[in-house]
Parts: sequence; C-alpha cells; structure tokens
Amino acid sequence: MRALFAFLMALVALPLAAQNDIPPAPYAYRQLDDPAQEAAAQDLMETLRCLKCQSQSIADSDASMAGDMRHQVRIRIAAGEEPEDIRRWLMDRYGDYVSYEPVMSATTWPLFAIPVLLALIAALLFWRRFRRRA
Amino acid sequence: MSWRLWLPFMVFFGFLGLAAYQLSQPRDEFVKSAMVGQELPYFTLPAAVPDLPGANSEDFADGKPKLLNIWASWCLPCIAEAPQLEALKDEGVEIVGVAIRDKPEDIARFLSDHGNPYTRIGRDDLSEVQLGIGSSGVPETFVIDGKGRIAYQHIGDIRAEHVPILLEELRKAGR
Amino acid sequence: MIAELGLAALWLAAALAALQLLGGILALRGGTESDIAGLTRPAAILQGGLVALSFGALLWVFAITDLSVKLVATNSHTMKPLIFKISGAWGNHEGSMLLWVTVMALAGALIAGIERRLPERTMQATLAAQGFVALGFYAFLLLSSNPFERLPQPATEGMGLNPLLQDIGLALHPPTLYFGYVGLSVAFSFAVGALLTRQVTPDFARAMRPWILGAWVFLTLGITAGSYWAYYELGWGGYWFWDPVENASLMPWLAATALLHSASVLASRDALRVWTIMLGVVAFSMSMLGTFLVRSGILTSVHAFAVDPERGSFILFLLAIYIGGALLLFALRAGAINEGERFSVASREGALVVNNVMLSAILAVVLLGTLYPLLTEAFDVRVSVGPPYFNPVGAIFAFPMLAVMAVGPLLRWRKDGFGRISKEIALVAAFLLAGIVLLGLLFGLAILPLLGLSFAIALAVASFLPLRGRKLRRVPIETWGMVVAHFGLAISLFGMASESAFTEEHLAALEEGGATSVGPWQVRLEAVEPVAGPNWTAIAGRMAVSYEGGEPQTIAPQSRNFWAPPQQTTESVLVTRWNGQLYAVMGADNRGGRYQLRLWWKPFVTFIWYGGLIIALGGILAIIGRVRGDLKRRIVRRKVAERRAEAEALA
Repeated sequence: MRALFAFLMALVALPLAAQNDIPPAPYAYRQLDDPAQEAAAQDLMETLRCLKCQSQSIADSDASMAGDMRHQVRIRIAAGEEPEDIRRWLMDRYGDYVSYEPVMSATTWPLFAIPVLLALIAALLFWRRFRRRA
Repeated sequence: MSWRLWLPFMVFFGFLGLAAYQLSQPRDEFVKSAMVGQELPYFTLPAAVPDLPGANSEDFADGKPKLLNIWASWCLPCIAEAPQLEALKDEGVEIVGVAIRDKPEDIARFLSDHGNPYTRIGRDDLSEVQLGIGSSGVPETFVIDGKGRIAYQHIGDIRAEHVPILLEELRKAGR
Repeated sequence: MIAELGLAALWLAAALAALQLLGGILALRGGTESDIAGLTRPAAILQGGLVALSFGALLWVFAITDLSVKLVATNSHTMKPLIFKISGAWGNHEGSMLLWVTVMALAGALIAGIERRLPERTMQATLAAQGFVALGFYAFLLLSSNPFERLPQPATEGMGLNPLLQDIGLALHPPTLYFGYVGLSVAFSFAVGALLTRQVTPDFARAMRPWILGAWVFLTLGITAGSYWAYYELGWGGYWFWDPVENASLMPWLAATALLHSASVLASRDALRVWTIMLGVVAFSMSMLGTFLVRSGILTSVHAFAVDPERGSFILFLLAIYIGGALLLFALRAGAINEGERFSVASREGALVVNNVMLSAILAVVLLGTLYPLLTEAFDVRVSVGPPYFNPVGAIFAFPMLAVMAVGPLLRWRKDGFGRISKEIALVAAFLLAGIVLLGLLFGLAILPLLGLSFAIALAVASFLPLRGRKLRRVPIETWGMVVAHFGLAISLFGMASESAFTEEHLAALEEGGATSVGPWQVRLEAVEPVAGPNWTAIAGRMAVSYEGGEPQTIAPQSRNFWAPPQQTTESVLVTRWNGQLYAVMGADNRGGRYQLRLWWKPFVTFIWYGGLIIALGGILAIIGRVRGDLKRRIVRRKVAERRAEAEALA
C-alpha cells in the first residue's frame, strides 16, 4: 500500500552504508576512448547486478563496489576480452545472482520454458476457438 | 474440462505456500561466493602499513591453513569482530588481512585502536582481490587450506560463537 | 475527544460492514425481501459516512498536531507546513490503511446508493463481498494498528520533521495508488457477486466498467509519475528497472487493461463471460499481491523502505482468504456459467481476445520473472531476473498485440472480413515496413528499439483510423477515449524506443572553465560553488549549456551531503526541449581540481511520460462517455416506465 511512498523515500535518499573516501577506481566514472568498446562495456554493465546495492545494475549505482566492478569491466573490455567471458568470470565468483540476464541452466530453465509454454497455449487457444466457429 | 477452472486456484495455492515459507525464513541477504572449493586466484597486493608485509596468493601455499580476512578501517562491523580475530590469533591462527579501499594512516590508526591480529595486510584499492574471490562485502573471512584452495567462507562480522566454527574449518582444511 | 470519536466511528463502521456481509448472505439464502437483507444498502451507505468521519478525525488530529495521539507524535511536528501536516496523516502505515478503507467504503456507499441496473440478489452479493473485504482491513486496523492510539503522557514535540519527506509528490502518490487498487476491489466484488448468483450479464459489465476505467486511469497516472520520479531522482537516467516494486505496480495495470477490454466485449456483445470474471478476480489479486511484495520485504528491491514481516503475514492472510476464496468459488461455479455469444476470428471480439491473451501472457511473464528469485531462494540458490530478461520476453508478446491493436478497432462486432479493411491494413503495414527498412538502414538500430520505433509510428497513424469517414462531432466520447489512449501508447512506445536507440552518454572530468559536449549540446563548467541547505551542504556545478551552438542556458546540478542521517544524494538538472532532454549530474568526487560530470542527451525521452498522460486522458474521456451514456439510458428507462404507468392509469 505504501509502495510508492516507500519507493520514493528510498529514491530520495540512498544511504551510503559504509562510506570510504578513497577516490573511485580510474575507470569507474571514465569512459573508454573507443566508442565501440565503451558501448560494449555499457551494454554489459547494464546487465550486471550491483552486489552491495538493492536491485540495481552496476551501471546505475554510486556504490564504490559498483564503481570497482565498472572499472573491471572497462579494463577487461579494453584489453580485448569478450563481454560474455567477463560475465562468465563474474558468474564463476558470484553465481547466477550477479547477472540480470539469466543464462539457461539447471536452475533457470523454467524462466524460458514457461513463456514458450504460454505462447503454445495462446496459439492453441486461438486455434481451437476460431476453428470451430469459422 | 472443469479441471482448467481449478488451475488458477492451484497456481495461487502454490504461491501462497512459497510466500508463507519465505516469510517464516530468516531473511539473509548474503551472496555466497561460488569460489569455495576452488583455487585461490593469483594476486599480489602492496603492503598496507610499513611494518607488515603485503599479501600474495603464493603465501597461502606453504602447507598451513590460514584465514583471509576482508576488512576495512571504515567499516563498523570490522571493529565488532576485532576481539574475535584476536582470539583466533591467540589460538595460533595465521590471519592475512586484505584492506579494501583504505588509506595507510587510517589502517594504522585502526590497528592501534583495536589491536593487530594480522601477519600480513595487503591494500586492495580497486577491490580486485575481493572480486576475484567472490566476496561481496566487508567484513568477510575465508579459510584457505595449505595448498591455496578456498575451503570456507564466513560472511559478516565474526561473533564469539563463530570462533569455534572457524577453528573447526581450519582443522578440517589442515587434514 | 476527536480521536476517540474517530475510533468509535471506525468500530461502528466495522460493525456495519459485518451487517452488510450478513445481509448479503441472507439475501442469497432466503430472498431479497427479508428484513436484514433490506438493510444491506443502507448499511453500506452509513458505513461510508462513518469511515469518512473517522478519516476526517485523523486529518483533524494531524492538522492541529495533537501530540497526545501516538501516530501524530511519531510522524508529525508542530513546525511542519500545514499541507505536510495533513499529508502526514496517510504517510505512515496506520494512516494509509485508514485511507484505503475510507476510499473503499466510500466506493461501496456509492454503488449501494446509485447502482440499480443489476438484479437485487447480485447487488446484495456484491455488497456482501465488498463488506467482507472491508472487514479484513477493519480487523487489521482495529486489532493491530489503531491509528488513534493515545500516549499515556502527551509528547512535548513530534518526531517527524524530516525535510526529505516533505514533498508534494510523496503526499499525492499513495492516494493515487489506493484509488486504483480500490477501483479494482469494486470490480472484484462485482465479479464475486456475479459468481455467487451466476448472473453474468452485459449489465454486470456496464456496472463494473466505470470502476475499472477509474482504477486504470489512476494506475496509469501512478506508474507514469513513479517512473518519472525514478528517472529524475536516481541520477543515472534510467526510468524503469523492472524492480519488484515497479513490477508490483505494473501487474495490476496489465490485468486492469485486459479486464477493461474484456468487460467491453461483455457489455457490448454478451461474450467472454467466464474470462471477464476471471480477470476481475486476477486484477484485484495483483494489487493485493503487489501490496504484499512491497510491505513484507520478501523480495530485494531498490525501493523497499519500511518493511515489516508481521504486517506482511497479515496481508498474506488477507490475500489467502480473499483471493483463495474467490478462486475457489471460481473453480466451483464458473463451470455453470455459459461462455456467452459466439463470434468469428475476423471480428472486434476476435481482436480483443488476442489483446487479452497477449496482455495476460505479458502479465504471466512479469509475474514469473518477479517471483522466480523467491522460488529459487527456497532452494538456497539466488538468481537475478532483470531487464535483459523482461524486455525481449515481454516483447515477444507485446509486438503481436500491438499489430492487432492497430487494426482491431476497425473491425465490426461479431462477424467481419479482413477484406473489408484491406486498405487500412495495407496502410498500417506500409508504415510499419517503411519504418523498419528506413530506420534500419539509416541508423542500424538493434532489433527491439527498431521494432519499437516502427510500431510506434504505425500505431500512431492507425490509432486515428477508426475516425475515418465519420463526422468528428458525432463520434461518441468513449470512441475518442479509445483513440486517444491508443495514440498515447504509441507516443509512450516511441519515447521508450527512442531513449533506448539514441541516448548519448558522456562522463567527463572537467576543471572549472573546462568544456565538453554530449550529442548536440555544448557544456562548459563555469564554476563550482558551495551551497548550504538546512541540513545539508552541497557543491553545485554552474554550467553553461547550449543546444547546437545556440543561446547558452545556465544550470547548476548539485551533489549533496546530508549530515543527519549522513547520506549523499545528487540533484540532477534536466533541460527539456521538445525533442528531448539534457540530463546533467554533478559527481561528488574531485581529483586534482577535476570534477566528475555525468551528461546524457536523451532524444524524445519525455514522450514516455507524455504518452502516459495521454493514455490517462483517454481513460478519462471513456469514463465521461460511458457514464453519460448510462445516465441517458436511465432517464429513457424512467420515462418509459412513467408513460407505461400513465397508460395503465388511463386504462
């Protein structure tokens, strides 16, 4: 009920739980010079979850750990690593939780199976309903 | 065809069970490291304070199980766990510290205020080691066996009741 | 005294809700003539009055800051401006619950007072359901969260002077959502009433429709405003994160949209009876479910704030009784309800069925993605489901729906042929294909933004086609409502696709006097100045920004540090042009005299929220048209009855 109230409250003030005043990592707030690489990094960052924050991607967070993760992503992209390898590297460390893009696995297959099932049911529904009447 | 009419009820019932179960469970926000059981990734960190050496992944391969403690002088729970780290040190446990995003002068002040349980402290200004071993916050403590393999992860500050658990894990890792 | 009066009124209202429930049950058992059954309508009306009185009492104690009332002492302060004192009344758990039952009881009083189309038994059953739902909330209020509780010793001063909470948006937002939720609860009561008496008729849909439309308008406005707020406040330029709390507000909207369309089929053509009932139950379930997810803190959300597992348990309990009960009733009774009139695939109903199935599928996808982490956590596995899942999977169902939506309104009811509207179909398809080819060649866009832009253009054109060849003056208001709402969706879609396709981001580290650019904008950081507020200090970056070398404008985004409680926020500045927004954020960090600036140029991003407003306007037009139609029909009916009576008297 107080959904939005709570929602706005949290938006206005994101507490910086444990604050430190070390400057952010070099590439936390700095874009890569090559636009194509930066675009690839941005796309990847938007799909990685900030581990310290609540439900935000590392591309949307001011938490210092998110900054350090952005730094990792950018320097690895700049070094020529593939985005999916970086995702894999992080998932090897933090499991499925770190990626907003569920990868088909033993734990996530229903996420993909159920929509397919839904599409099939929808198709079946239309077919049965309208074939009889036509 | 009436079984189809029961479908929404069944789905809802499933949700209800799940939600009730989850409400009754204590909420833990921890993200467990998937690196437990794996080799400690390679790293070298510079010394955080002048009188103690920095930390290397190779230090952990000398046959003796150790604790790797992720902490920082700016983190409040780290103060709370300082006495427990002292207790572990008194039990003869070797503790290697990794100071996350920290300044040497702050680290030195923390150690003089709350004691120094560490044999080595490395400075991790970019959270590289933290990311490398799958830690998602401070403080966290990892048990590393004598061959440099991650054996156990403790998330959050160490309370008095956790000390025997960590000692047991260290003993198991030493076998 | 006033507080005690409020509490007494609340107890009386609860008693009347119980009477209302009893009367409805007796009416179902015996007949509508029994004494108690006759009391149902008056009970509902009186209940509405009493709760309004109770809520008035709460407003009063907040307005005069009666510090002997616990709720006031913990949530208000004598120094607050009056408007925020009053809005503070519902800015807390107890007050918001009271607001909820107030709106609900007033809605109940309104239908008890004016709704005469339905058979009396169905009406009684509907009011009983309404009383039953209200009773749960009364129990919650009176037994575990009494808003009028007194302190043994009046407090000397209130504790609620957090300036962060004194915001007009915060004051207006929760009521907007409650109006939406309560509207859906009325639809729910109608659905339950119709199930109990098995009388699912076009009149039932007509009675329900204004409530669905009203709820839908409020939900649309709530989502639009919430999204703009997130965009503005979070400081990273995102407007929708598929966060559980956002999904909790989207799911009732999706269900209400589907219900709106199926109710219109039922009202016009007496078809889709069972389906409409089902959606009526689902729509309210989704608002209860959303409330539960947000209040219980069971899912991790960026927006979750004051969560309380105990209240979560109570809401889950209510959810189990209402929704579980209604679905059980549905399973037992729906089999006995006839599906209704038949129709062919090429008909208005056919198109609306496609719309309904697709909306339901999207709803199912959102529900699945939102609850899936909850499911895996039961097995101690944590997963994240985010935009990379929701966007493409939702799009699989959304785009076919949009295609049908473009041509569906052109079809006639019951039986039509696609041949009759082949010209229009060709026109829409031409726009769509031209969009895909041209935009694809020109910009080389990714698939989703490309489809989004093309569909938006085609849909914007198609939304006006139902007006072709008609005298615009004579087009019914509700048809205008549909045209406007569909056009609004096209506008909103255009904004979203454009934001995703053309946004340019620039992170710059500038010294004072340094210049940079983002998209067509030149940005010069002229000076960095300290600013102080009542409980914060900030650095403000004064920047001169000019669009394509035009006249420069001065803006000054801030990075603020609050000291009690210590937190850091960014005050972003938006420069709005007709074709987009410049979004500027000042970072706190300063290294060697260089300041971190975050700049975005977001072409047509404002269309997202303009679209939302246009959709809501369409809904309002539809309500006006429907209510006017209902009133006219009522007058005609009365006149016929009068004439018949006259004729009989003469004979």
